[in-house]
Amino acid sequence: MVALKQAKAAGTDWREFVIEALIRMLGFSTIGFVLLIFLFLLREGVPSFYKVPFSNLFGIRWYPTFDLFGTLPLLLGSVLVTVTAILIALPLGVATAVFVREVAPDWAREILKPMIEVLAGIPSVVLGFFGMHVVAPLIRETLGTPTGLTVFTGGLVLAYMALPTIISVAEDALDAVPKSFRDAGLAMGATQWQTIWRVVVPAARSGITTAVMLGMGRAIGETMAVMMVTGNAARMPLSLDSLFKPARTMTATIAAEMGEVAQGSIHYHALFGIGIILFLLTFLINLVAAATIFKKQRRGGLR
Amino acid sequence: MMNRYWVQRLGFTLLSLISLAVVAPILVVIGIIVVKGLGAISWEFITAMPFDGMKQGGIFPALVGTLLLTLGTALVAIPIGVGGTIYLAEYARDTWVTRCIRLAIVNLSGIPSIVYGLFGLGMFVLFLRMGTSILAGALTLAIMTLPVIISTAEEALRAVPTEFRTVSASLGGTRWQGIRYIILPQALPGIITGIILGLLRAAGETAPILFTVAAFFLPRLPQSPFDPTMALPYHLYVISTQVPGMPLQIQHGTALVLLALVLSMNLVATIIRSYFRRRRQW
Repeated sequence: MVALKQAKAAGTDWREFVIEALIRMLGFSTIGFVLLIFLFLLREGVPSFYKVPFSNLFGIRWYPTFDLFGTLPLLLGSVLVTVTAILIALPLGVATAVFVREVAPDWAREILKPMIEVLAGIPSVVLGFFGMHVVAPLIRETLGTPTGLTVFTGGLVLAYMALPTIISVAEDALDAVPKSFRDAGLAMGATQWQTIWRVVVPAARSGITTAVMLGMGRAIGETMAVMMVTGNAARMPLSLDSLFKPARTMTATIAAEMGEVAQGSIHYHALFGIGIILFLLTFLINLVAAATIFKKQRRGGLR
Repeated sequence: MMNRYWVQRLGFTLLSLISLAVVAPILVVIGIIVVKGLGAISWEFITAMPFDGMKQGGIFPALVGTLLLTLGTALVAIPIGVGGTIYLAEYARDTWVTRCIRLAIVNLSGIPSIVYGLFGLGMFVLFLRMGTSILAGALTLAIMTLPVIISTAEEALRAVPTEFRTVSASLGGTRWQGIRYIILPQALPGIITGIILGLLRAAGETAPILFTVAAFFLPRLPQSPFDPTMALPYHLYVISTQVPGMPLQIQHGTALVLLALVLSMNLVATIIRSYFRRRRQW
């Protein structure tokens, strides 16, 4: 089937060398891209840290037209929306992963898994569009709030965007629990239900943590859907009812304002500054998630 | 004693209901957009220029723009992604450098799409003076799709049994010959799946192209890679939030075309994967 060409030593040596060097370079390029991204964020964003006084930069007012660049309301807006999303997505995601991996009959699995992949493929702008036209009016009417574009709406839409990540990673984690664990649980007289929650899920704990971290990373970096459904009001979400009021996230601020600023202005640099915060935040989240993966591999013996 | 089996029954029912609550909204999203958007779809809608403040005419330039962007992304991302994958799966040993590469890939997949947009603006549009252009956008999108391509394709390469490599070597094949004539053909379906999954993400993204390519309203086709263009996801954002009085049917129609484009790519990827998984003989 395969025509293996005889290696002619003189002919292939240099070719082998060139190809290997090229492939090595392509492999290393990913590190280069991360560095380049960080470098350009720094290049355009760092000026904001010395051109704007710190008390202003970490103040509670973001009004660029009055030279007020307080990032705190944006940061809190992002955190609040993300926490809401995770609080909704965590139980839904873990329950679905358990159902798909441990309980569901084959036919249900054959339907659920492709559906979840479809969800992962829906562009965020389409989900945002749906959120604006269907979810927001629904929330406005059921809760009687003046607008349906609230933190809760954003969190709800984001939860569904984070679900595919959470479900697939959590499912892998459950998959990695050896069958002997399940057999042992059942042999002790536990029901399948008891075995799942007292043996299998605890054994998959670190993988499920990774799943939640990655879902959180997705949620905090999501831009278009959030911008379209959270209402974009840069106010401090401090009281409890902020959940049902508009807020504005870091990502939405960049997306909404970068198109209109003059290049090189303080506002321009400040938006890149927010980019730096976002980069570092997601880097940290992914580092922690990756660390859980590495730890799991080192434990080796257990799985 | 029957009690705990009753609990289990209740629990399993609850789990199935939750799973239903996860997938049902997906059908609702697709259903509503199809039902409300289908009326807008016509030959003219797909192939005509928009006019009258985009309230009439079609979405032709946005559709072409997205196809060109996706093509450009493919041209850049496929060689880098496949090369990087081959390095990770076939050449790299488990050193700290390799671990750095893996960390970089995890990190690339986690960087928010809007930060890619900032990067594209800072590096390609301004520093390299490409201007807002298809080229700048395709390069930005290509870097964003790399982690998707690499992680899917690496799985495919790793699934090829080690014996294939040893047999190739025992027949006197060099490492590259083994990869080129044995490993790659075997892993091709998985690699193609990865590429499609990466490209469909690129085709549907809005945030990275906001400041690098996208034109608000530009009713002509781009003439070169250095031209800006309209793009479908951005167009949907514009007509649903920035243009007052936009007919709802046109909005839903645009969403439907975008959804159809992305989901059909998804379907192709799924079919390729399941078809070859069934045919695989090892």
